[in-house]
Amino acid sequence: MSDSPVTRGFKGRRGPQGPASRIPPGQHLTTDFPVLSAGPTPPIDLASWSFELQDGDTTLGEWDWDEFNALAQTDVTVDIHCVTTWSKLDTHWQGVTIDTLLEAVGLAEPPGPFTLIHCDGDYTTNVPTEDLVDGKAMIATLYEGEPLVGEHGGPARLLVPHLYFWKSAKWVRSIVFGETDDPGFWEDLGYHIYGDPWREQRYAGD
Amino acid sequence: MPVTDAPRLQWQTAEVREIVEETPRVRTIILDVPSWHGHKAGQHIDVRLTADDGYQAQRSYSIASAPESDHLMLSVERIEEGEVSPYLAGEARMGDKFELRGPIGGYFVWTIATGGPLFLIAGGSGVAPLMAMLRHRAAQKSTIPATLLFSSRTYDDIIYRAEMERLAAADPHLKIVHTLTRGQPAGWTGPSRRIDSEMLVSEGFAPDAKPHIYICGPTALVESSARALLALGHDRALIKTERFGPTGL
Ligand SMILES: Cc1cc2nc3c(=O)[nH]c(=O)nc-3n(C[C@H](O)[C@H](O)[C@H](O)COP(=O)(O)OP(=O)(O)OC[C@H]3O[C@@H](n4cnc5c(N)ncnc54)[C@H](O)[C@@H]3O)c2cc1C
Repeated sequence: MSDSPVTRGFKGRRGPQGPASRIPPGQHLTTDFPVLSAGPTPPIDLASWSFELQDGDTTLGEWDWDEFNALAQTDVTVDIHCVTTWSKLDTHWQGVTIDTLLEAVGLAEPPGPFTLIHCDGDYTTNVPTEDLVDGKAMIATLYEGEPLVGEHGGPARLLVPHLYFWKSAKWVRSIVFGETDDPGFWEDLGYHIYGDPWREQRYAGD
Repeated sequence: MPVTDAPRLQWQTAEVREIVEETPRVRTIILDVPSWHGHKAGQHIDVRLTADDGYQAQRSYSIASAPESDHLMLSVERIEEGEVSPYLAGEARMGDKFELRGPIGGYFVWTIATGGPLFLIAGGSGVAPLMAMLRHRAAQKSTIPATLLFSSRTYDDIIYRAEMERLAAADPHLKIVHTLTRGQPAGWTGPSRRIDSEMLVSEGFAPDAKPHIYICGPTALVESSARALLALGHDRALIKTERFGPTGL
């Protein structure tokens, strides 16, 4: 970092920076909630919505909207970090943890070391299983106490806040466990395979 | 290509070579970049500014120049309460240096090989990556039918207006339609409202033509245009979007 040339005339805003311990390198605090997606926002259709847990090609469990909402709900307050450099602190979410889903299908251990998350609009993202369990991730349906709007991934998005936010895939429909770490949509297009904001893993090779 | 083996995108120091005042709020910065290995139209870079005490700020900007161009160009809109854009679109002058890395993004990309027809929909500075596509198309002397539907606030806010006039005048396969949402000059005959379904039908391509559609601009424009296009029967897989923010929430 000390190699960076000084940009004449740039002072920086130096407004409220937030606690340094909560803002990863290269990130800045935002108070609104920007929207970034690769294509159109799919219309929300709760009647045909379903969520599936799979081990390879085998279905472990499937829930419709009502069944899914009847599962044990968890509340979290977390900081989120988008690869486009904004971070937002203390966001509140409610949903169903991956632990709860595994329990619901009767598994004490997840069936494989890696996952590929599938979404409406053919979007996928890969997350190692250990980053989804032990309370680290959920399928979120409420944001700040309100149903998650379509632009932000509603009716349900993955929430895995300790990784860059593209991993918190919008419009999520299934988690497929597997033996290999296969790149998802953005990971295939040059974004980092893992995406740890604290190690600034934005792009492949970071 | 195994993603994990990719070389790291290195930060490098760019120097401001020239500045073009496009509109009262938008400037184009033309950069000298020491080792640029090319890009595709639609990709972006990350910019990192460093203050004299080491404080840094980082943001993304689309590449506005064609891959064929000798220099990298960014077109930046000044957001008054912003941190980075007031520097780029206000303070920066010739000889200033800052870091960048890229190119980034492989989805919101159009090349001649992608084919057509090409239907571009832009709001304000969201035109930057779409201009890279039109410049690429022109540099390749392509006759792929292309339409740009471009929403600006007023006539004076139209970014690249003169260049667009030149491009369209010289090219029977290119159509550029401006809509002015907040004020129209005397004698304006073009549309003067936000982009809506009717405008997408009258100015754009029919779903049957299977146009490749790229939408870039403020979130509200992107959301409403994409929704209208889906309702008109355009194929979701052919609609690519890039949102500059913010939500306005
Ligand atoms: C992939 C990508 C490509 C981009 N390409 C371009 C480009 O080519 N040209 C360009 O000008 N910008 C582009 N942007 C937006 C750019 O990255 C910055 O967000 C923008 O310049 C504002 O930065 P800032 O530091 O000045 O404002 P910030 O300090 O980040 O924000 C200050 C305030 O302004 C608001 N704000 C942020 N962006 C906007 C906006 N666009 N309109 C209105 N209010 C806003 C924020 O919500 C915040 O409240 C791109 C963004 C992305 C993700």
